[in-house]
Amino acid sequence: MSFGDWVSQGENIVFLVIALAMVVAGGFVVLSRNVVHAALMLVVALGGSAVLFILLGAEFVGWTVVLVYIGAVVILFLFGIMITRAPIGRDSARLDHRRRWPAAVIALATFVTIVWSTTAFFGDEQIPEGVTRAADLGDSLFNRFVIPFEAVSFVLLAALIGGIVLARRDPEEGEE
Amino acid sequence: MIVNQFLVLGALLFSLGIYGVLVRRNAILVLLSVELMLAAVNINFVAFGSYLPDAFASGHVFALFVIAVAAAEVGIGLAIVLLIFRNRSSANVDELDLMKW
Amino acid sequence: MVTSAVSLFAAEEGGHAAVELSSGGALAAWAWLIPVVPLAAMFVIVLFGKRFPYKGWELATGSMLFVAVYSVVLLISHWNQPIAYEQHVELARIGTLPAGDLVVEWGWVVDGLSIMMYAVVGIVGFFVFTYAKGYMEGDERFTFFFASFSLFAGGMLVLVSAPNLIQLIVGWELVGVASYLLIGHWWEDQANNAAAIKAFITNKIADIGLFIGVIIAGLVVGSFRITDVLDAVKAGDSALADVAFWVALALFVGAMGKSAQMPFHVWLPDAMAGPTPVSSLMHAATMVTAGVYLIGRMFPLYNTEGFGDDVRTWIILVGAATLLFTGLIALVQDDIKKVLAYSTLSQLGYMMAAMGAGAYTAGLFHLFTHAMFKGLLFLAAGSVIHGVHSNNMSDMGGLRKPMPYTFWTFLVGSLALAGIFPLSGFWSKDEILASISYDAGHGGGGVATLVLVVAIIGAFITAFYMARAVWLTFFGEYKGHGHPHESPRVMTYPLVGLAFLSATVGFLNMPGIATPFTDWLAGRLHEIGDHHAEAIDLGLAAVGTLVALAGIAVGTLLFRKDAATQQERDRFRIPVLYPLLEHKYYFDDVYMRGIVYPIRGPIARAVNWSNSYVIDGVVNLVGAITRGLSRVVYGGMDQRGIDLAINAVAGAAGEAGRAARRAQTGKVQQYAGALFAGAVLLVIGFVIFG
Repeated sequence: MSFGDWVSQGENIVFLVIALAMVVAGGFVVLSRNVVHAALMLVVALGGSAVLFILLGAEFVGWTVVLVYIGAVVILFLFGIMITRAPIGRDSARLDHRRRWPAAVIALATFVTIVWSTTAFFGDEQIPEGVTRAADLGDSLFNRFVIPFEAVSFVLLAALIGGIVLARRDPEEGEE
Repeated sequence: MIVNQFLVLGALLFSLGIYGVLVRRNAILVLLSVELMLAAVNINFVAFGSYLPDAFASGHVFALFVIAVAAAEVGIGLAIVLLIFRNRSSANVDELDLMKW
Repeated sequence: MVTSAVSLFAAEEGGHAAVELSSGGALAAWAWLIPVVPLAAMFVIVLFGKRFPYKGWELATGSMLFVAVYSVVLLISHWNQPIAYEQHVELARIGTLPAGDLVVEWGWVVDGLSIMMYAVVGIVGFFVFTYAKGYMEGDERFTFFFASFSLFAGGMLVLVSAPNLIQLIVGWELVGVASYLLIGHWWEDQANNAAAIKAFITNKIADIGLFIGVIIAGLVVGSFRITDVLDAVKAGDSALADVAFWVALALFVGAMGKSAQMPFHVWLPDAMAGPTPVSSLMHAATMVTAGVYLIGRMFPLYNTEGFGDDVRTWIILVGAATLLFTGLIALVQDDIKKVLAYSTLSQLGYMMAAMGAGAYTAGLFHLFTHAMFKGLLFLAAGSVIHGVHSNNMSDMGGLRKPMPYTFWTFLVGSLALAGIFPLSGFWSKDEILASISYDAGHGGGGVATLVLVVAIIGAFITAFYMARAVWLTFFGEYKGHGHPHESPRVMTYPLVGLAFLSATVGFLNMPGIATPFTDWLAGRLHEIGDHHAEAIDLGLAAVGTLVALAGIAVGTLLFRKDAATQQERDRFRIPVLYPLLEHKYYFDDVYMRGIVYPIRGPIARAVNWSNSYVIDGVVNLVGAITRGLSRVVYGGMDQRGIDLAINAVAGAAGEAGRAARRAQTGKVQQYAGALFAGAVLLVIGFVIFG
């Protein structure tokens, strides 16, 4: 399918706009000299992914992304930035390594490899229309995937406890 | 919508995330980049979930799991960064090389 | 020639009718015991001798008695029918001789010659061993003495029973060893040691001839068996004929050593340093006769034209020279044993001269009778020495009253030696004279005539010095310091026994009347074509007796009053002759200055130098080379080469590790980078290669 045909579909225009925004935001995340900017740009990227999920008919997943990722994780990041006195503002502290080209090479290689593989394999496959109902999702989650579900709940529990244990101060020594 | 567009987008975000992980000195920024990578992965999962006719909606379910685990991971990761900051008054990962030869 | 006109019965040609030889039966088959029993006695004495009541003497004497009895029994059987028996036991076989294999054998011979020698060794040995019990009483090495003596007896019997030349050499060397041990019995005195060594070395030098002769004979004939060699002579083997002269000459040189012919005679007088029983048995009766025995055993070699008979001229000349010159030395000796020693030398000369004249029977008969009376004389002299505690006649005198047995037996022996009728010496000496005279007329020519004259002069000298000895020892006044007493019975009884034999054995070979001895000796595998007189040559007998009586007379005249004082003794000092005789013709001086001192001095020093520098130098060089080599191997090869390789491997491993660990930077982002890069590569790999 040519680009022209693809763009003629309405959803693809939306996709294109959202995708561009996400990529730019992602670029800011990894390139910005301002930590807070990077965190906020992540919000944009994650928001964009939520829209795409809705576009794909995965509404529940989309709204979960908004709730969990944007609502909790990024806030957590911002707290973390503040507590660790990350260099805020456009000042001198260098945020990146000096030698960046090996990373660029690896990133590029990764990108090229994946794109080439997927293009070669999937070509012009269409995604069928359809919405995944939350009820079906819940059904699947509690029947077929109940064990991973419970396991994930344990993971969350462990993360919770671990987080508390790790981050608390020792009563005797007050280290700063 | 062709599936490839989502996959390419996902690949792009993933690559950006890799670049960020490898290049950023601040631990928080590294974690941010990891989140970016996870988001890209989510896009892949959901795209495939919608593309493949699956009664269990496995792609979507896995995306949910990824989100949950990513949240847990960020929590723990930040706790660790906090500890490191407390010990060394700096959150730069390239100073954390005690395990070197 | 000289005497045939005077003789009543002409001496005739020829041997005797061929006799049928028996194989001897069981007696001969068991005759291997004869050499073995004394040797076994030696071993028992060495191991257990001190535990016996008589400290081993009974074993030694018992073995001698056994040999004596056995030999007499053999003799009687041989008298009935001559035995000619040989047995061989193969010990080893090596295939290398040109004419055949080299076979080492042990064996024993029973024939007339052997039986005669067994009898001599056994009978005289028995008497001497008995006597020695008294003589060696109280000696601190009494048991060892009898062990050595048994060794000697065994060795001598091995020698005379040997059917092959190798075994003969074994026996030859055994008696040499025993002689060394016994001469040096009282080795605390250095002079005795020197005498023992002198005897051994002189013999050894002469043995070179023996070895050469045996080796050539063995190689050419292809066998060392005496029978084979003599068969080759009889068959006229041309290969042997080519070398026979040298073989015969070489064997004679060996015989000269053992039988003390000039110039190898120097050891015998010094051997008197040993105990008198030794002097009696070994250096009078048996060992010194081994040379004569050898010539007798190999006689066909010396008697056959074209083989060794040219050597006989040398034999007769050497014998005659020895006879005369050593006899003269006996005239000026003060030591009674030395008188007897030189007398023995002289009589050995007679025996050799007889062999040289082709008189097989005469020479061996004189050996036989000489063993009896010279053995007796030595024992009697030993008895005198035992009683007077001195060897020198100037310490003796007037001993006939205190020592009657000794005196009478000594007298009998002296008369026998002088050749007075009817004692044994008369018969044997006359036989020799007759044979030399015959040889003079039949092929010996001028040489034999000369030797005959010499022999007659020798008879005079013999009687002279024996008379001197008798007068100086037993008559006149006692000049010593001790209390002379007769010896115990264990010593005097053997004297009587030997005196009896000395008087009577002559009757065993009376030409024209009865000659059993001749028949005995003829009983062997190879016929000896020697001449036997058909009757007594009365003319020669008369000459001999006259000469002997003249000698006795002169001796009596000069020494009746026994020349007591130095002044009287100086009467006899004929200016040039006396010192010459006293110094034994300067033979010993020549040998010492010419041979011994150069060897002891410069040659020994040179050898020592060459040993220290040349031989040790080679050894040290080898050691140094080894050290250097090991240094090269260690330093060069091991340290640098092998160790370097190993160290390089270890170093490489270390360096690789050092290089590899740089990957552990501790920086998580670098690990992550590596991880991603690896993953990408893997994916590429999977995608491309499916």
